[in-house]
Amino acid sequence: MNTTVSPLAFSLDGSIAALFVVLGLGVMVSRQMLGSLRFFMWQSVALTASALVLADALQAINLLWVALITFSTKVIAVPLVLRWAAGEEIYGRREVDQALSISASVLVAAILALVGWFAVAPVLPILHGTPFALLNLPTGLIMVLWGAFTVALRRESVAQLMGLLIMENGAFFGSIAIVHNLTVIAEIAAAVDVPIVALVIGLLIRSIRRVTGTTRVGGMDTLHER
Amino acid sequence: MNASWLPALILLMPFVGALLALLNRRAAPYMTLLAAAITLILAILAALQVESHGLLTGTDGLFALDALGALYLLPVSFVYFTSSLYAIGYLRARRQEHPAGTPPRYREYFPLMNIFALVILAVPLVANLALMWIAIELTTVFSAFLVAYEDRAEALEAAWKYVVLTSMGAMIALLGVLMLYYGTHAVDQPPTWDGLLKAAPQIPAPLLLLAFVLWLIGFGAKTGLVPMHTWLPDAHSQAPASVCAVLSGVETSAALYMLLRIYPVLASNSGVHDPAAWYMAAGLITVGSAAFMLLQVHDFKRMFAYSTIEHMGIILTACGIGAAVHEQGTVYQLFAHGFTKSLCFYAAGLAGIVFGTQEIAKVRGLISRAPAVGWALVIGTLAIAGAPPFALFLSEFEILYTGFRTGQYLPTGLLTAFIVLAFIALAYQASRIAFGEPATAADGRPLPKVRLPRTSLAAMAMAIIPVFIFGFYLPPPLAHLVHQAAYLLEVHG
Repeated sequence: MNTTVSPLAFSLDGSIAALFVVLGLGVMVSRQMLGSLRFFMWQSVALTASALVLADALQAINLLWVALITFSTKVIAVPLVLRWAAGEEIYGRREVDQALSISASVLVAAILALVGWFAVAPVLPILHGTPFALLNLPTGLIMVLWGAFTVALRRESVAQLMGLLIMENGAFFGSIAIVHNLTVIAEIAAAVDVPIVALVIGLLIRSIRRVTGTTRVGGMDTLHER
Repeated sequence: MNASWLPALILLMPFVGALLALLNRRAAPYMTLLAAAITLILAILAALQVESHGLLTGTDGLFALDALGALYLLPVSFVYFTSSLYAIGYLRARRQEHPAGTPPRYREYFPLMNIFALVILAVPLVANLALMWIAIELTTVFSAFLVAYEDRAEALEAAWKYVVLTSMGAMIALLGVLMLYYGTHAVDQPPTWDGLLKAAPQIPAPLLLLAFVLWLIGFGAKTGLVPMHTWLPDAHSQAPASVCAVLSGVETSAALYMLLRIYPVLASNSGVHDPAAWYMAAGLITVGSAAFMLLQVHDFKRMFAYSTIEHMGIILTACGIGAAVHEQGTVYQLFAHGFTKSLCFYAAGLAGIVFGTQEIAKVRGLISRAPAVGWALVIGTLAIAGAPPFALFLSEFEILYTGFRTGQYLPTGLLTAFIVLAFIALAYQASRIAFGEPATAADGRPLPKVRLPRTSLAAMAMAIIPVFIFGFYLPPPLAHLVHQAAYLLEVHG
């Protein structure tokens, strides 16, 4: 593998990583349900762009497939599936409430970013032939942590779903820098997997709204030991 | 027939079952049962092939079934079959209880159950790590509406917690899977169990350890390891018993299967110090917490869910105790758990029909009201608690005996204390349900006998057979398969 990469590619990927992080923060703290979905879509566009930059810089054809699959599933299919499965719940102008204030959420996000960075730091010097790992891997792990935090933070089912989806974006953002050779069957399966997850969770959200009259899941705590 | 087609055929059967169940709703239960029966036969044939040849591969390396996979495949296909039989009468009986006549999800049940079985069966059959991860993630997705079958607020709450917690876990595990992909690719090995084992000594230890920690958290959530276990009792208290049997008996074990298989990879890397300590710590915390929760449980389906958490912890601890215990301990416990736990839920589901409640405090005298169900519940509870002469007694005794014999006094002592505590809690709770004077009608007369579905009783009776027989006899091919599977968990060379 050619590990001599042009400074332009590093610069581009760095800008995309910064954008990826900002958009992830947007998903986490957005006050509107639809806003949260749009931040996720733009973050998926950033993931697509990173895959394209890496495909060109590393001459890795498989990353072109990753870019195509990411764009078609996360930017096109997931919003369509969600509109069909839970359109009313998402596309109405809905406020999302959360367990912490926005400033406290950003503070926790900063701490999680440090945790993610330090967790991955011992690994970075030993990843040979992966010039973009220094940037993508910590960014990806940070996004996985932020996604998990978003799920814990948000009390709305749709916003929690967005948390799950940015976790997956994070896992792929980190992985494209170190894995360029997912087999075709795994790529196809991954492409099918995301819309299925969005569809089933979308339908579950619709059922929750039909039965409980709201998509708010923060108050669902009737099941526990007495 | 060429045996290399067996893995594909095994997966084809539930797929065909799902299609037929969709096309003909009236015949859906019987189509599902037929598909499950053929799957069970094919799984036995595949296991026999593995037993005699060591590895069954097929479809250009897409599938690879080894002894440990085969030993997991057998309980999965058995529980798929008995659960399909059980559901025929059980769901009808539950329909009659439903105020609207038919629960809204009755029509979806059989297609979804087939697809759910398909993705669980895929875990030991597919060769590629990424495909295994996808299969595990899809087990959650396709079972979400089975957990939410009753379509009440509580069922949806349970399904939501289940989906969110286990999907979060899956996303965390995904990063670990892709790191291991890098590890195998860097040394020109395929991303399979075999490739991973060959690559293990050369994978940088920090990378391997980070990938493992991501797996432990991610797959641990799906396995029900404490503190990521909270979805498990909720989902089991709400899902129909036929779904609980699959969820608890074999689905949670799918993620545990991944954690077990990564153990020899960790142990083969000289830079990863004492991976056994991770397994023992995670296992003991889980067993201990589950044992204490069993004391305060109020719902008998939740009781069996906590017992599943306890078992996942026992298996993880056994894996940490070491190679000497793998054959009769780790592997056998994983194998026997599936059969035993399905029996417990079949009995619990019928007890729910008899009493119309799952509240332990409100039920007494199950043996008087429905002797077959009462005794099955007692047998199931004793078997799952590890009493002789049942299969789990052998494995739990072996784990504890080997732990003490190899000088691991502290973890084994703790494990013994937790197992004894769980045993006491389970026996106490089961005795409250099974024995005593049953409730009477307002005028003091005995409550009328409840007609129980015959298919469910038959499935329950079938589930007792392996629980009992494997306690003292293993057919030679199965014993050889257990031996081969234990070998795969050991570190060689």
